[in-house]
Amino acid sequence: MNLARRTLIGIPYLWLLLLFLVPFGIIFKISLSDYAVSIPPYTPTLDLSEGWQGIRGFFAALDWENYVFLTEDDLYWRAYLSSLKIAVISTFLTLLVGYPIAYGMAKSAPEWRPMLMMLVILPFWTSFLIRVYAWIGILSNEGYLNQLLLWTGIISDPLQIMNTPTAVYIGIVYTYLPFMILPIYATLERMDDSLLEAAEDLGCSRLSAFWIITLPLSRSGIIAGSFLVFIPALGEFVIPSLLGGSSTLMIGKVLWEEFFSNRDWPVASAVAIILLLILVIPIILFQKNQEKNQEADA
Amino acid sequence: MKPAAKPAEFAPWLDPNETPLIRFDGVTKRFGDFTAIDNIDLKIYRKEFYALLGPSGCGKTTLMRMLAGFETPTEGTITIGGQDMKGIPPNRREVNMMFQSYALFPHLTVWDNIAFGLKRSKMGKEEIPERVKEMLRLTRLEKFAKRKPHQISGGQRQRVALARSLAKAPKLLLLDEPLGALDAKLRQQTQFELMDIQEKTGTTFVIVTHDQEEAMTVASRVAVMDNGKVIQVDTPARIYETPNSVYVADFIGDVNLITGNATLKDEGLAALSWAEGQPEIIGTAGEGLSAGNATFVIRPEKVAISAERPEGMNNVVQGRIHDIAYLGNISTYHVALPDGTMMKAQAANNRRLSRRSFTWEDEVWLSWTDTAGLVLAR
Repeated sequence: MNLARRTLIGIPYLWLLLLFLVPFGIIFKISLSDYAVSIPPYTPTLDLSEGWQGIRGFFAALDWENYVFLTEDDLYWRAYLSSLKIAVISTFLTLLVGYPIAYGMAKSAPEWRPMLMMLVILPFWTSFLIRVYAWIGILSNEGYLNQLLLWTGIISDPLQIMNTPTAVYIGIVYTYLPFMILPIYATLERMDDSLLEAAEDLGCSRLSAFWIITLPLSRSGIIAGSFLVFIPALGEFVIPSLLGGSSTLMIGKVLWEEFFSNRDWPVASAVAIILLLILVIPIILFQKNQEKNQEADA
Repeated sequence: MKPAAKPAEFAPWLDPNETPLIRFDGVTKRFGDFTAIDNIDLKIYRKEFYALLGPSGCGKTTLMRMLAGFETPTEGTITIGGQDMKGIPPNRREVNMMFQSYALFPHLTVWDNIAFGLKRSKMGKEEIPERVKEMLRLTRLEKFAKRKPHQISGGQRQRVALARSLAKAPKLLLLDEPLGALDAKLRQQTQFELMDIQEKTGTTFVIVTHDQEEAMTVASRVAVMDNGKVIQVDTPARIYETPNSVYVADFIGDVNLITGNATLKDEGLAALSWAEGQPEIIGTAGEGLSAGNATFVIRPEKVAISAERPEGMNNVVQGRIHDIAYLGNISTYHVALPDGTMMKAQAANNRRLSRRSFTWEDEVWLSWTDTAGLVLAR
């Protein structure tokens, strides 16, 4: 192998090493440390001035104590499970909302499609934080939604949506909808329309042709979109903090509180490492799905 | 073996007592202000292999899609087996279609693709495997039943598409450019397979194609279309030998066209004066020919080429060989006539190339019999 090729292959590895493996190593080390009232707020820190003795002492001071602690306090269990539940449900809801939109886009006239695509991507041009704040204005007891419903007379007392899981679902579905729409749209758009005509020609009604042909053929897009929503939703912190109030328990919020309110960096790091391990499984499945699609395309 | 080879035995269109399977009565189809099909009347009979032939955009695909039920006529009626097809959706017609792209379901195996239509019919669960097997046998696909469409070759995919569209034993099978994606050799082979299968199953086939050779090979009758109109419907031989218009003559095969002024003669002949100082051309008068502007149409293979002036013929012209196209079995000679008209003559190469009688710039004589060419109104 010549130098040019080595360099070319080396760059992405260097990138991964610097931006993923090194930070991961640091967090992993902190998760094995003990809490301390100091800067940084944990011990031990590596002191190379003491030579071999210092290094040996440093490794001797590392232990799994924080991980054991996570299993003992049921707050963490409940937070992980609740996050999983919220992520699964909101992924499903995003799919329910996103699929018809993607379908509509794919079935629209070709000259409309770039514009519709633009409309889906457009919200990304505004800060995510501002968009979530905007939902507070809509969902709160004095918000636009309640005002509208009160004005039309459908309800007589404002609905309590803010600071409930409902608000979190709304926030997640809204935020991650484009991630669901785009991969589904991509699979539907390249689907040959003559397949549906063939199904109809062979005796299918339009509705059953959708279930037998369209849906299975958009499976890869559904899976890709679901992972793209599920993975960030699981560790989501901003949406539950701003919209969910204290009633919504999510692991992202617990993590934030451990780091910034408790300043217990070692426990927070352990929480983060476990979260990462939980996420590794769907990420691997996602990669497998992508590989399979590429094979099928080739 | 093929219907075209024995027209005397199979010609229901000549029998006044025969009722057609398909009737088009004054059918017009407009897309916006574009007229795709312009007031067409057609009759297609049972067991026919009927070809719709024409250049792209002539309306042949629209005609076929109306039969399948994917398009509805703007005006006129289509009846299949005596039943008006108005308002009957594709899934309730006893018509199946083989798509140009084949439209095989990529997520289903060959077996499931073929069984697809059967599973949605009234056929009993036990009978389906038997029918699928029969179709696999017919199209010689037994070995590939478990494969997915992307795991088989183009020719095999074409046969799966055919098996799938035949599985429900439709009254009418529509084939939309079925061989377009195959290479020349496979295409020829498949044409004969198609005819064979059509014969075996006794299904009425309607094929859409822009390939005149394909239409000529497979069809019992060919409808030549242009601009949403049917120009001529006839057997391949009659389309080739007695085209009813210059358009059809020019569209099917190679042809020499000479324009001039016609006068009618006895015995169905006509004379065409076409250039000063040249003798008149004698040819068979086309249908409805009247004196005046006309075009003489003759196939290159009906023009003889010789070094000496042939004796006792009316149609003789002298010229100089301008170009020779060597096609292996035959050669086409492009001969420049004194007035500059280029005329093609074809001769079989029954001698080795080195012993060929003519070469470039040779002075030669072209001749043809009185009935070899047609004089058609322009």
